[in-house]
Amino acid sequence: MTQSHGLRKFHGRIMEGVCLVAAIAAVIPLFAFLWHLVAMGASSFSLALFTKLPLPPGEVGGGLKNAILGSLLVVGTATVVGIPIGIGAAVFMTEFAKPAVTSALRFACDVLSGVPSIVMGLLAYQIVVRPMHHFSAFSGSIALAFIMMPVVVITSQEMLRLVPHSLREAGHALGIPAWRIAASISLRAAAPGILTGAILSISRIAGETAPMLFTSFGNPFLSLDPKAPIATLPHTIFTYAISPYDDWHRLAWGGALILVLGILGATLLSRFILWWHQRSLNS
Amino acid sequence: MEAPATETPERPPAGLSASPKPSTRPTAFQESAPQTAPPPLSPDLAVDRYHRSTGRTADRMFRVATGFCAAMIAALILVVILFMVKGSIPAFKDHGLGAILSSAWDPTNQKYGALTFLFGTAYTSLIGMVIALPLAVLTAVALVEILPSGPAKAISLAVELLAAIPSVLLGLWGIFELVPLVRRFEISVYRSPLGLRKLPIFSGSPLGVGFLAAGLLLAIMALPFILSVSREVLLQVPNAQREAAYALGATRWQAIRRFILPYSWKGIFGAALLGLARVLGETMAVTMVIGNTPQIKASLFASGYTLASVIANEFTEAPSELAISALISLGLILLLLSVTLNAAARIMLIYLNRSSGAPQGAK
Amino acid sequence: MLACQNLKIEFDRKPVLKGVTLDFPAQKISAIIGPSGCGKSTLLRAFNRMHDLTPGAKVTGSVTLNGREIYDGAEDPVLIRRRIGMVFQKANPFPTLSIFENTISGLRLSGVGNRALLHEAAEKALVDAALWDEVKDRLKSSPMSLSGGQQQRLCIARALAVDPEVLLMDEPCSALDPIATAKIEELMFRLRERLIVVIVTHNMQQAARASDRTAFLWMGELVEEGETEAIFTSPKKSMTEDYITGRFG
Repeated sequence: MTQSHGLRKFHGRIMEGVCLVAAIAAVIPLFAFLWHLVAMGASSFSLALFTKLPLPPGEVGGGLKNAILGSLLVVGTATVVGIPIGIGAAVFMTEFAKPAVTSALRFACDVLSGVPSIVMGLLAYQIVVRPMHHFSAFSGSIALAFIMMPVVVITSQEMLRLVPHSLREAGHALGIPAWRIAASISLRAAAPGILTGAILSISRIAGETAPMLFTSFGNPFLSLDPKAPIATLPHTIFTYAISPYDDWHRLAWGGALILVLGILGATLLSRFILWWHQRSLNS
Repeated sequence: MEAPATETPERPPAGLSASPKPSTRPTAFQESAPQTAPPPLSPDLAVDRYHRSTGRTADRMFRVATGFCAAMIAALILVVILFMVKGSIPAFKDHGLGAILSSAWDPTNQKYGALTFLFGTAYTSLIGMVIALPLAVLTAVALVEILPSGPAKAISLAVELLAAIPSVLLGLWGIFELVPLVRRFEISVYRSPLGLRKLPIFSGSPLGVGFLAAGLLLAIMALPFILSVSREVLLQVPNAQREAAYALGATRWQAIRRFILPYSWKGIFGAALLGLARVLGETMAVTMVIGNTPQIKASLFASGYTLASVIANEFTEAPSELAISALISLGLILLLLSVTLNAAARIMLIYLNRSSGAPQGAK
Repeated sequence: MLACQNLKIEFDRKPVLKGVTLDFPAQKISAIIGPSGCGKSTLLRAFNRMHDLTPGAKVTGSVTLNGREIYDGAEDPVLIRRRIGMVFQKANPFPTLSIFENTISGLRLSGVGNRALLHEAAEKALVDAALWDEVKDRLKSSPMSLSGGQQQRLCIARALAVDPEVLLMDEPCSALDPIATAKIEELMFRLRERLIVVIVTHNMQQAARASDRTAFLWMGELVEEGETEAIFTSPKKSMTEDYITGRFG
């Protein structure tokens, strides 16, 4: 009896060891990536990255100024379109809609968030690029807005659902109009979480490349015209990465570092917001 | 309970905030004579002393505005399907559904067979899932059942951060760091004295780029998804189940294998479906390491092409409107695949939560 | 005067209130007592049309304020609720607003912007709710730093700031200790002079000491009502006597 139990225990320990090895293996890719990112990106990380425009292929030097500004424009426009619509839809779902409508909309959002981003790019191509007869920063923003909206709806709705119903009741009992309750009581209470979700969705679309390939299309020159093709940072990284030029590879890593720092900054900002809100509640 | 007729209520404890005229507070059982004339009671309920509006119009406008936003979301899903179908119609008209299943893709010569891409998408996703699923489940078990909360949280966080890395950056790392590693591995297999290269799965030149590299990247991308859902599923196993297992004298691993995992397998299956749905449409990382050669080969070493990659690479250089339509039809296939898998996974997870009575687990 | 006539309420076809007729005269504190589940809160919420917000709730019968039917289709429930205020069982101050903001939230969020008016209304309401001295130096701080009893008084101040004619109180002291309870009963007495106060309570001693009139509800029906003294010393129905002597409920 003890022998078989000992064997079982041994077998169990081995299997647990396998699980622990798996857990460590799961973490390796992140560290490998970060290691190489810093190693390769740090050497090209300089002010020049931000201030210089790209040089023709083969020439050494140059920067990513057009791509960085382009990303800011495209992502900024997408944010202005996508976030208000996303939050508005979430408010409608939690404050006004019947439960059946809310479930249906939520299901639609869940499914939409799983649509490959390249498909959203194809949609933006047909809706914006075709009628306009050329690629544009605006079409890129639309594609990104399509990708961002379901995510914003889902996170906002989750945050609004957490607001206790007793607060809304108190508002009703005071004779406050329903829309004011939604705007000034529910939204206000859920604001930190909604803001966090918004920031994270922005950092997600900032890294999107596939839809950009046939909407904003890329542009080797500096352009901030929404009706014209524009360079975005992830797209430029892609173009440079698959090119045969070493200098462009160097720039690609530099751009990657910028992108990762931006995403890291967004994550830290959202955690800060949550911490600060918690602190002001407790004061 | 007896209540005396005229009892002066006790004086309130000292320290109460000053209240006006406490001595004139009437007792509970006496009618009070009003101290001042009561304010006139306006009969009309609609009159408001502060002249505030009821906000009826603002209310209506707000509802319409937010309802419009909700309608746009609903419209989005319809519009996606509508336009993808509409864009594919010229292609279907030209060569019909059957031609899609041919393996000849040559748009300049009017050939639009998608079989190679279907194969590529399926094969790379399969490799990715075969690697990611066991890794994720074992890791989830480690995080929930074995590790103490400190390391568990740290590892959890590290894997979550992995999900935040954009696909193109993983592809960048893939090209310059992963592919050389894979190439070295492939060369060692190629040179293996066991003659492994004779096996179909290891045949071909060890280039580094190809199905294996793409599959590895997909595994890295699927891992965080499957892990987070699996973790939630495991966390929802009621402690009573664990206690029952331990009370029967099971070792920890036996409890895991015979009680906890069987209880959670449906949820884990749903997690796998979600992970699969995610990697099917992965574009950038795959495009950068798969070799972009439309061919159907069983070997891990071989280069290939996926649905998403061919769209990414050829869309802007499509030689004709028909070619564009054909590429859109490939996108339609991607859309249908991912929507179906996603919907199926979510419905399954909803069913699962309903039947076990546990709160919603999947995000 | 607030009154209801033959008030019937169903939730999803299940009858909860089966035809209640009651009136609540001005300048009296009226208590509604009964065992849990008898419909007291449901009855109370009918008076400010809170059931309008519950899907599946159906209210029939009449409820009048000063002779005007509040369930008349032409009346806006938002305006009704400014006339008839409510305080809940568990204090629910808005956590993201300061104490001052909470007090005047009913005014500001329905469009009153005049700062002088708001400050005046806040001070008056907080004085009436016996909270002013305790918070006057920290009006800008968070209400979550207040004790349970103080938070409840804040909610009362918030309800008073809107200047209602009726104050409905749904077991306002059930989560509070005896000292906090006494403070609230104390302020109820003062409020009685200008408001109709209706309090639902499961605490019979509270009903006995704090109210002028009492109504006893059981299983959705009104069993007996009248002067509190009479109800507690010489109830007419044996069920009432059984309840107040603790034989059931």
